[in-house]
Amino acid sequence: MRYSRTSKILGVAAAVALSLSACGGGGDNAADGGGDTSRVIVVDGAEPQNPLIPTNTNEVGGGAVLDLIFAGLISYDADGKPQNEMAESIDTDDSQNYTIKLKADQKFTNGDPVTAASFVDAWNYGAAAKNAQLSGYFFESIEGYDEASAEGSKVDELSGLKVVDDTTFTVKLKQPESDFPLRLGYSAFYPMPEEALKDPKKYGENPVGNGPYKFDGDGAWEHETQIKLVPNEDYEGPQKPKNGGVTFKIYQNDTTAYQDLISDNLDVLKTIPTSDIKNFKNDLGDRSIESPYAGNQTIAIPYYLDNWDGEAGKLRRQAISMAINREEITDVIFNGGRTPAKEFTAPVLDGYSDSIPGSENLAYDPEKAKELWAKAEKIEPYDKSEKLTIAYNADKGDHKTWVEAVVNNIKNNLDIKVAGKPYATFKEVRTDATAQKLTGAIRSGWQADYPSLANFLGPIYTTGAGSNDAVYENKKFDDAITKGLSADNVEDGSKAMNEAQEMLLDDLPAIPLWYQVAQGGWSDNVENVEFGWNGVPLYYAITGK
Amino acid sequence: MGRFLLRRLLQLIPVFLGATLLIYFLVFSLPGDATAAICGEKGCTPAVEASLREQYNLDQPFWIQYLLYLKGIFTFDLGTNFAGQPITDILARVFPTTARLALMALAFEAVFGIAIGLFAGLKKGKFFDSTVLVFSLLVIAVPIFVLGFLMQFVVGVKLEWANPTVSGDASFTELILPALVLGLVSFAYVLRLTRTAVIENASADYVRTATAKGLSRRRVVTVHVLRNSMIPVVTFLGADLGALMGGAIVTEGIFNVNGVGNTLYRAVLNGEAPVVVSIVTVLIVVFVLANLLVDLLYAWLDPRIRYA
Repeated sequence: MRYSRTSKILGVAAAVALSLSACGGGGDNAADGGGDTSRVIVVDGAEPQNPLIPTNTNEVGGGAVLDLIFAGLISYDADGKPQNEMAESIDTDDSQNYTIKLKADQKFTNGDPVTAASFVDAWNYGAAAKNAQLSGYFFESIEGYDEASAEGSKVDELSGLKVVDDTTFTVKLKQPESDFPLRLGYSAFYPMPEEALKDPKKYGENPVGNGPYKFDGDGAWEHETQIKLVPNEDYEGPQKPKNGGVTFKIYQNDTTAYQDLISDNLDVLKTIPTSDIKNFKNDLGDRSIESPYAGNQTIAIPYYLDNWDGEAGKLRRQAISMAINREEITDVIFNGGRTPAKEFTAPVLDGYSDSIPGSENLAYDPEKAKELWAKAEKIEPYDKSEKLTIAYNADKGDHKTWVEAVVNNIKNNLDIKVAGKPYATFKEVRTDATAQKLTGAIRSGWQADYPSLANFLGPIYTTGAGSNDAVYENKKFDDAITKGLSADNVEDGSKAMNEAQEMLLDDLPAIPLWYQVAQGGWSDNVENVEFGWNGVPLYYAITGK
Repeated sequence: MGRFLLRRLLQLIPVFLGATLLIYFLVFSLPGDATAAICGEKGCTPAVEASLREQYNLDQPFWIQYLLYLKGIFTFDLGTNFAGQPITDILARVFPTTARLALMALAFEAVFGIAIGLFAGLKKGKFFDSTVLVFSLLVIAVPIFVLGFLMQFVVGVKLEWANPTVSGDASFTELILPALVLGLVSFAYVLRLTRTAVIENASADYVRTATAKGLSRRRVVTVHVLRNSMIPVVTFLGADLGALMGGAIVTEGIFNVNGVGNTLYRAVLNGEAPVVVSIVTVLIVVFVLANLLVDLLYAWLDPRIRYA
């Protein structure tokens, strides 16, 4: 299989790179770029919402820390290409049965060896219902998941996972899925030492991992204040730290963090606050960055609403989509910090195409929009007194401005009643969405967990999927996704995914708006700052000046 | 005096029960499912949701949840927040910081408010008095977050006299700037209250008598004018301590102070009733005790007031 071959080559390349940098010695100059490798980099962070256990972290605050203190089987480089970490090789003949071999003599920072059991036990723990792990659903492709994850289930092992020897284990999936190896860099798949499973609560406060960094002693996590990480000297992988440590300083809001950045009290800020978008390039000059990443913004319109189902509903969805001037909104409101969407995934991904048939439905064309709306009127008249609302949460994320802009676009071009519908909190809007009680459209964004087209399609648009807010049900689409997943290689898989997208572009269960671009900056004290495929800075590569 | 104290302390019990019940009910009635906050943007499986509900007693009716919480208080186990941290740890972390900030703000507004107010009151209608009046009006009129961001930008970013944000230690020197911002509006009120009271008392009979007796100006002003002018000011300061502690949320946000405000705000958004109730209960106790202290101060300031 193609994947396993590349991953072996990557393993060798990484080893060579490592020995090269080792020749350079631990002096002041890193192998590339130069800079002070002893500086502790202070970066902005958010208080982790859960104990720091890989299978129980589902948000970015905790995720950023986990990604530094753990090394999975693979990791992703700046472009989202997989590179081997703990894995020596990941082999399969049929995309359903995988044999995973680990590198020998790898250690957790408490001295325990990283073995096949470290992975298998951690995954079993994550999947079992009785442990109620928030990221448990990541194991759903593995055989035995349904039994272990059922409500009230006492099963605590996945039948698809088998330890062969200390450095080998096998994975059997429910059906062939060629992008399974690609997922293995996501935090839910990290290994855990024995002590974690014995006392997860205690472990979650002071996690022990096997990644490029480790906690700076017990209590390095000062709640709501900072998390201090220092390099793990034993780590020998592609993300070898080029600095003296990373400290996540926890901020209550971005505006405050920005003040710290421009006064050089903070080294790296990964999200420029909305209020400073207009001037951050002036303030920071060549210390600012705009870097596209794997995330997008859409408006989902549920099919359980009147007027939005059937043939007329489809025409109306297309009309709405064409009534939105994406170019103008991304320019004026985000100052170029977003790019207009051409399909349902994101441009940084392998296999992305901006010319999938049907993508013209996402281009601004008010005349055509009016035409389509009129056509829908003939099939089934729309009650003009009815108001189309776009629900969003007002507590975080600054959605109000762009929702109002979209509302005005639709109102002016289609002459119908439209309004934004702010919910006071995120949990309220999610509660209505999950209970299928929305009274209108809902804004929804997606951030990739792992760099794959499938990650933007399967969990959102397949029948009964966890994040299918639109309640889209299309058997043909489901089949196309299954076919894409079981393709022999990632290229064929991507092709099938984009064919499936043609259906989405025609039906528009959600209306894609734009792709995310990370807008960040750094202080005068650091250099070699680069952002990755997921909008997170490559912390390990940052050096002092 | 002892009986007065005891009675006031016993009054704390119904206040405590009523307040916790009311606040617990309010948080309980907030729309939205608390598990939705835990599960985040991508949701979790129904099995995980069910076990989260069970873990945090969210599957129980209101009364059971409330009684379980009360039981927790009496066994000194308040439970944990959704992130698994013991609520007692959270209280121990946020209250010292906020208390320090609030007391510093209180000291600032008391010392400078009373001093400048006294001076302005004695020089009624003069240039200093008018300037101070206009300035205090300005401070009251401008929203606190504008003042906060302005001070942060000027002092922290442009002049670099202080860091724009406060570190985890929240040391005395770091808190000076936030405390100034926090106490600024109350400072203006204290100043105006003092000034008015001083003007009123300066023309009172006993002040004229004291002056006629030949007492020094200094003694007349400090003992007879100022002390008698303090009753409304002390009442205000007592009520203000509670307001400063609970209301520091804007200031704490601007200067990134790890205190009560932000923790309370997040707990309300997430629907973490036990956290909200615990924090607010402590705030209520502080408020009640501060006012008790004010009542005791009355007797000291004005010997005509007696408690029994």
